[in-house]
Amino acid sequence: MALCDRRLAAWLVVALTTLFAPALAMRCVVALAVPDAPASAWAAAVPVRVGSKSFTESYVVAEIVARIAEQVGEAPVARKFGLGGTGIVYGALASGEIDVYVDYTGTVSRAILKDPSVTGVDALRARLGALGLTISDPLGFANTYALAVRRETATRLGLKAISEVARHHELTAAFDPGFLDRDDGWPGLRRHYGLRVADVRSMEHALTYQALQSGRVDLIDVFSTDGQLARADVVVLEDDRRFFPEYAAVLLARASLPERLPRTWNALQQRLVGRIDNRTMARLNAAVELDGRTFARAAAEFLGEPGASGETPRRRALARDVGKLTLEHLVLVGVSLAVAVAIGLPLGLGAARRRLLGQAELMAVGVLQTIPALALLAFMIPFFGIGKLPALVALSLYALLPIVRNTYAGVTSLDRRLVDMAAVMRLGRWQRLRWIEMPLASVTIMAGIKTAAVLTVGTATLAAFIGGGGYGTLIVTGLALNDVTMILAGAIPAALMALVIHVAFELLDRLVVPRALRGAPGAAR
Amino acid sequence: MIALRDVTKAFDGRVAVEHVSLSVEPGTTRVLLGSTGAGKSTIVRLILGLIRPDSGDVTVDGVRLDPATRGDILRRMGYVVQEGALYPHLTAAGNATLPARAERWTAPRVAARLAALTELVGLERGLLDLYPAELSGGQRQRVGLVRALMLDPAVLLLDEPLGALDPISRAELQTHLVRIFRELRKTVVLVTHDIREAFLFGSTITVLDGGRVVQEGTFGDLARRPAAPFVAEFLRAQAPPPEMSAYL
Repeated sequence: MALCDRRLAAWLVVALTTLFAPALAMRCVVALAVPDAPASAWAAAVPVRVGSKSFTESYVVAEIVARIAEQVGEAPVARKFGLGGTGIVYGALASGEIDVYVDYTGTVSRAILKDPSVTGVDALRARLGALGLTISDPLGFANTYALAVRRETATRLGLKAISEVARHHELTAAFDPGFLDRDDGWPGLRRHYGLRVADVRSMEHALTYQALQSGRVDLIDVFSTDGQLARADVVVLEDDRRFFPEYAAVLLARASLPERLPRTWNALQQRLVGRIDNRTMARLNAAVELDGRTFARAAAEFLGEPGASGETPRRRALARDVGKLTLEHLVLVGVSLAVAVAIGLPLGLGAARRRLLGQAELMAVGVLQTIPALALLAFMIPFFGIGKLPALVALSLYALLPIVRNTYAGVTSLDRRLVDMAAVMRLGRWQRLRWIEMPLASVTIMAGIKTAAVLTVGTATLAAFIGGGGYGTLIVTGLALNDVTMILAGAIPAALMALVIHVAFELLDRLVVPRALRGAPGAAR
Repeated sequence: MIALRDVTKAFDGRVAVEHVSLSVEPGTTRVLLGSTGAGKSTIVRLILGLIRPDSGDVTVDGVRLDPATRGDILRRMGYVVQEGALYPHLTAAGNATLPARAERWTAPRVAARLAALTELVGLERGLLDLYPAELSGGQRQRVGLVRALMLDPAVLLLDEPLGALDPISRAELQTHLVRIFRELRKTVVLVTHDIREAFLFGSTITVLDGGRVVQEGTFGDLARRPAAPFVAEFLRAQAPPPEMSAYL
């Protein structure tokens, strides 16, 4: 019994070591090779890594930052775009996986420092210094909530600021559900200004502009840099009693960046601080979201770079990417599945040998599955940074449950007489495993692996949120741009890959499952 | 010699075998006779060390059966159960030669042994490449017997080996087995609820009821001097009605 426990413990150690050791080793090597220190002989070779969240504005400004850094030429530039939301992209910055990205002062104080009382760039900079980070002065635009009315309404009623809305109770409004709910949205705004309107309805943000322009409502909530603001004939009302928190865009960077690459940092400050106002940002967003420009082209236009006009349209550029993304996706699925099988099989067999420990193990693997995939990916960042490695680790963990559970079920549900017979014949542990248990349980085990494979194809699309590549890249970008074609360009190949993998595994069954057992699970005589 | 001394075994509080003592001399055949649930199979599983007694002990050739001695003792035992308990993913030959391959016999040695045994049990060689699902009940049972005999064990334990066969195959295989056991001079423990089988095989018959030994003796002893009403009832229940005997 004690021997059994020790063996199982050994299996667990082997499995976990296989999983984490190379990653940790790699982290150590990276940490040694890339000192977060002032300019050294290494500095020239170490790129400036620019990150972005996964929405249009963040992509566009990140591209602008990357291009300026390229023009300075102090260090090569690596683009790590589309890293999900604040949690992931900030995690990447904090763990040193990226050097700089654009965030907003309100987000820095609320989501990162978790102290809304810290306002003002100097105060933020002082607090961030303790974390080894720094911020630039505001770039000019602010991505905050605002209220907008039709120009005609504004002229007719003489509306310029939100306080003036309080006099007009006849107005109707349509607000995004989030804005309607949040205390820094409509509830707080109404109290702050003493507003009263005839009717308020809840409407998806994408539809509110249309509702406003068609005259169905008079008042909507907007983000101050919405691309539509550059096109629609609307007026954004001034927040004259300063209700909305400040969400001024700033560069958020590792404190080492200005020391390591002073010329790059200076250039970024000179060319960006105070240079992008709300209208400019809205225009750039519109160029991408409404005119179908690429982020690169919008950025090049802002920087006045020549040759920006001769660029491939977005969709054709994407079609070219599909081949590369297919390969990336296959690697994500293939490697994580192989790792999951290598770990899951021994874990399942171990669980079958020692029932009590097995139950604990199955529960642990089950709990792993309850963590939302995106959260699991985010948890990997502190340990493995961003990119393929953390994605592979998370996907492998995620694929474990069906493999472990089916292996366990397959081995424990074998006919007792067949198991007894193996004992009477004095088959050794390995002989029993190889000749009897694995072949008899193969149908069930393969079913688990198939389930894991197909699930992984789907889950792997989330890898893009932490820079893992694959079809998810198209889906994440498509979501940011609200571009259904682009989303489908990622989703359809992923679905096809799931089908192909399913068929491939059916063929693999012929190699793995003994002939007499195929199509007749449990047919034991 | 196989000996059980005052063995009791319960499963989840339900007694399967209670204070059973019996011994089987080398080279003899012992039949364990009784209804379903009488404890017959439990005794076989105890002798094989697949389960351990709650009290009492099992010895084989004077050695007490425990986890340390079990491997050595099993080396001398062959086991056959109802319908053969063949591995469905292995061919008849694969099943039959498994014990020899586990012992790492050379291929020619395995082949020679397989040829000898298939002839002994009357199994057609052409059937060796078929899977269990493709064999008849009697053929499966013969493969199971070849497997049990593969390492030439001194003891054969047979748990209702013919239970699932049709009457003709059953009678045929019964005759065959009696001859084989006599020729090979094995120590045999055979579990059955069939009195005809008990009569054919058993020099000594142990009758079990509710986990206890009710009577031990030859068929003649049981028939003429039943030790309990159960024994008489059990024999009578399976005897053909007198009117029927007139026709046979």
